[in-house]
Amino acid sequence: MKKNLKIWLIVMLAFALFAAACGDDATTGEAEPFRIAIVAPSASNDLAFTQSIVDAVDVIKNEMGNVEVEVTDGTFVVEDAAAAIRAYADDGVDLVIAHGSQYGGSLQEIAPDFPDTSFAWGTAADTFGLPNVFAYEAASDEGGYVMGVMAAALSESAVIGIVGPIEVGDAKLYVDGFAAGAKAQNPAANVLVTYTDSFSDVALASETAQSHAANGADVMSGTAQMVVGAVSVANDAGILWFGTQANQTSLAPSIVVASQVYHWEVVLRDIIGQMDSGTLGGEEFKIDLANGGEVIEYNDAFDLPADVRQLGEDTIAGIKDGSISTGS
Amino acid sequence: MTSAVTKRRTLSRYLAFLIPVAAVVAALLVGAIMLLALGANPLEGFRELVKGAFGSKDALISTALKATPLLFVGVGITIAFRANVINIGGEGQMVAGGLLATVTALALPDLSAWIMLPGVLLAGLIGGAIWGAVPGALKAYFGVNEILSTIMLNVVAVQLMNFLLRGPLIDPGEIERGTRIPQTERLQEGADLPLLFGDGRFHIGPLVAILAAVAAYILLWRTPLGYRLRAVGLNPDASKYAGIPVKRTIMLALTFSGAMAGLAGAVLVFGSESHRMVTDGSTAGFTGSAGFNGIVAALFGGLHPLWTIPASFLFGGLLVGGNAMQRAVQVPSALILALNGLVVVFVVATDRYRKRMLARDVRVDAPEPLAPSSGSPPTDGAEPPLEEDTS
Amino acid sequence: MSEFFTTAVLVATAASGIRLAVPLLFASLGETYGQRSGVLNLGVDGIMLLGAFGGYYAVLQTGSVWLGLLIGIVVGLLLGIISAVISVTLRAEQGISGIGIYLFGLGMSDLLFQKLVGTPLPITKFPKLNIPVLSDIPVVGELLFQHSIVVYLAFLAVPISMYIINKTTFGMNIRAVGENPEAADSLGVSVSRVRYGTVIIGGTLAGVAGAALAIDLGIFQQNLTNAQGFIAIALVYFGAWRPLGVMLGSLLYGFVNAIVLQLKTLAIIPPDLSNFAAMAPAIITILALVIVARRFKAPAALTKPYSRGE
Repeated sequence: MKKNLKIWLIVMLAFALFAAACGDDATTGEAEPFRIAIVAPSASNDLAFTQSIVDAVDVIKNEMGNVEVEVTDGTFVVEDAAAAIRAYADDGVDLVIAHGSQYGGSLQEIAPDFPDTSFAWGTAADTFGLPNVFAYEAASDEGGYVMGVMAAALSESAVIGIVGPIEVGDAKLYVDGFAAGAKAQNPAANVLVTYTDSFSDVALASETAQSHAANGADVMSGTAQMVVGAVSVANDAGILWFGTQANQTSLAPSIVVASQVYHWEVVLRDIIGQMDSGTLGGEEFKIDLANGGEVIEYNDAFDLPADVRQLGEDTIAGIKDGSISTGS
Repeated sequence: MTSAVTKRRTLSRYLAFLIPVAAVVAALLVGAIMLLALGANPLEGFRELVKGAFGSKDALISTALKATPLLFVGVGITIAFRANVINIGGEGQMVAGGLLATVTALALPDLSAWIMLPGVLLAGLIGGAIWGAVPGALKAYFGVNEILSTIMLNVVAVQLMNFLLRGPLIDPGEIERGTRIPQTERLQEGADLPLLFGDGRFHIGPLVAILAAVAAYILLWRTPLGYRLRAVGLNPDASKYAGIPVKRTIMLALTFSGAMAGLAGAVLVFGSESHRMVTDGSTAGFTGSAGFNGIVAALFGGLHPLWTIPASFLFGGLLVGGNAMQRAVQVPSALILALNGLVVVFVVATDRYRKRMLARDVRVDAPEPLAPSSGSPPTDGAEPPLEEDTS
Repeated sequence: MSEFFTTAVLVATAASGIRLAVPLLFASLGETYGQRSGVLNLGVDGIMLLGAFGGYYAVLQTGSVWLGLLIGIVVGLLLGIISAVISVTLRAEQGISGIGIYLFGLGMSDLLFQKLVGTPLPITKFPKLNIPVLSDIPVVGELLFQHSIVVYLAFLAVPISMYIINKTTFGMNIRAVGENPEAADSLGVSVSRVRYGTVIIGGTLAGVAGAALAIDLGIFQQNLTNAQGFIAIALVYFGAWRPLGVMLGSLLYGFVNAIVLQLKTLAIIPPDLSNFAAMAPAIITILALVIVARRFKAPAALTKPYSRGE
């Protein structure tokens, strides 16, 4: 027994010595780069939530130049995300982006420990009254509303389908907005809303689309990374599709009409600007149609009738100037 | 007189211990190849892995915290395995324990920590116990296989968690703000796991887990119930003839195992950074797959509660170190997950050689007068006459 | 509620249930072979994920769904061999080695997807095959005979498996090895050879299940299977280790999921209760097992590695 214990201790000591002996590398180079770290719950290439922030940071990097970007994706385990956020802050990252609503509770505890680090939390609207936490969210209902209007205008069967993941946060905003827009355009439209109760179940999303199709839907939309399954079904059935969070044209070039693309870089520029002038937090940001953070990107390969397009543009204008409300 | 024999005994024990270590190293070598393929520097990667796991006070704390649920679940697994029951419902049991503990904290007013803390931990224990008792009863009295029922109950648990955290248990602040993040409010401070050394993160969770391991050891080898559990596991028919209530014992095995996992869930909630229960819709988002990894930790520990302690610590270090490696060399997290799997496969695959080493150790022991064995854990956890030689 | 009970909706729901059952069916059939011979493989989901990515990638690069299916077979075969080595030759603890394969498959498939493909791209799907004459039968035709080819293949595998397990020597050996390996060994049956065979079959079918899933969905995403592999394992127990039972289990699970989905779409299940609806397939499966008379016992040697002379 004692010998076993000795052996364990020796091994662990060896590990520790080995680790300690390997000191930090000295970093040489020119001016200190601006370091951004992203912690996100899904994959960087999910064509949805996480991809939107990774793409945005890429844009910033290309604009600013001397930027170092570190990404920890696929971190849906909240405790692991907390550890990653803490580790990046500890490592001297300038801006830690906690891209997940569920990370908020942890961030509230971590941020005070690193007063010189700036944290950005999305999608959320609460900065906890902390001086080094920014919050950002998307008015996804706005683009949803616009596309809902266009969907109702395009729909011949007057049945419209929306596939959602779990009825929370950004997803709920979008779905509600889309439904509201469709109803506003055509009060008699039958808007089918189904939440699959999972962010990742592609098969379920696919079957949801099938069931909407069986109910006569000829225009559909949806949000979260599992919609790729629904888009595929729509493609087969010739059902039109509106996408959100990222440009989904590549998924089905013949039926995707438009996508509400998130351009988080609009918010990131503001945040970095504030950091430059010494403010590390305390403000909430929102991307919407007005500030260009949300852009309706049309699929050029799709023959969108001019009057529907005009309808869309008019709705965008109406939301921007406040004359149209999405109801959310 | 005994020196030659003792030397060989030590050598066998030493080798037996080294085998899982060698397996880990082999898995990491494969990982090194993958790192190279991705254009990352394996040496830097593994240096960061070790540093991130054990190379600083912070790292050790992270490792201990990561190891805690592994240890709880692992201890529960060892109890169940002794009764020859496979419990892969750890994930669901953790959720159930976390939920009951959370509900308890929310339901009770602000009480002193002396009451709250044991209260919520007990609630976690009970929640997990219930979630283990159900498949246990289903197996014992209805013949429903526990693999089926535990897998199904994992599904039920996560949906229950989603329902509760989005609905009745949601933070009222979320409703106000309209963001509806599925999490509870910040749970009352009385239930916070006390911190050790005043450090921001190092709570007593690891200590409670170690206590649980010791308690399990005592249960299994020092109580009649423990004897019955082991007897049923080795030979249910003989046990029945000996008058042991087999069905009830099997159910108890799953109940205890679930209770441990439930405790892990409660510790996760009240020891977490955020001090609230939060979900992203999946089970693993809350548990961190400890329900599965705990099984692996138990195996690393030779299915013995006390050896599961260092095993969990090392495995926890591997997980923490893996994440540190990811951050340092910026490979996708998916690589770390694959590496996790490789380590498990390699260690499990070489387990037979480890057992053989230990068995050799036992046989060598037989001729010489043995030192009293009451203080030390038996090799591979079973008295030789009853041991089913599976190597 | 009346909107649900229209023919069109019922038929569409049932057809959806059949589609959802397909990956479960392939995977659980494969697992049946292994378990019947005494080997539990918990890594099914990992093999499915790697088979899914392999099949997806093959179709993405070549456009041929049949090549995709073939790659799924190959990937499954390789992983089946590895699983067999671990469980049979190395006699590892079966419950746990599978988990390692699961984690590996989950991570590896995601990694390969991120590095080789990047942003998800759609692929060709299986062609639909309307069985002549039969598909024209009203109601039943649409329900049973207008599916994609892979659906027919899955259900074809059931009678084939029944035949193999019940009517061939190999099948007899499988059953013998699963019940009493010592006796089988003494009669000259090579226990390890039989188990190698069944585990490899299991792996292959899991690979097929994954490839079928990906190609049928026409896309890949991380964690595409969403832990369905574990459900498939559970269904083997539900089906009492018999192909027909396993088929019934897969269909039950698929149907309940499809029904719940349709009820949600028609707003018959209010959003607040949707979580309980999502629990339904799991609970119903357990209940079904409790209610059905438990005459079937597990293969006696299940999860026990075998070695001669003990």
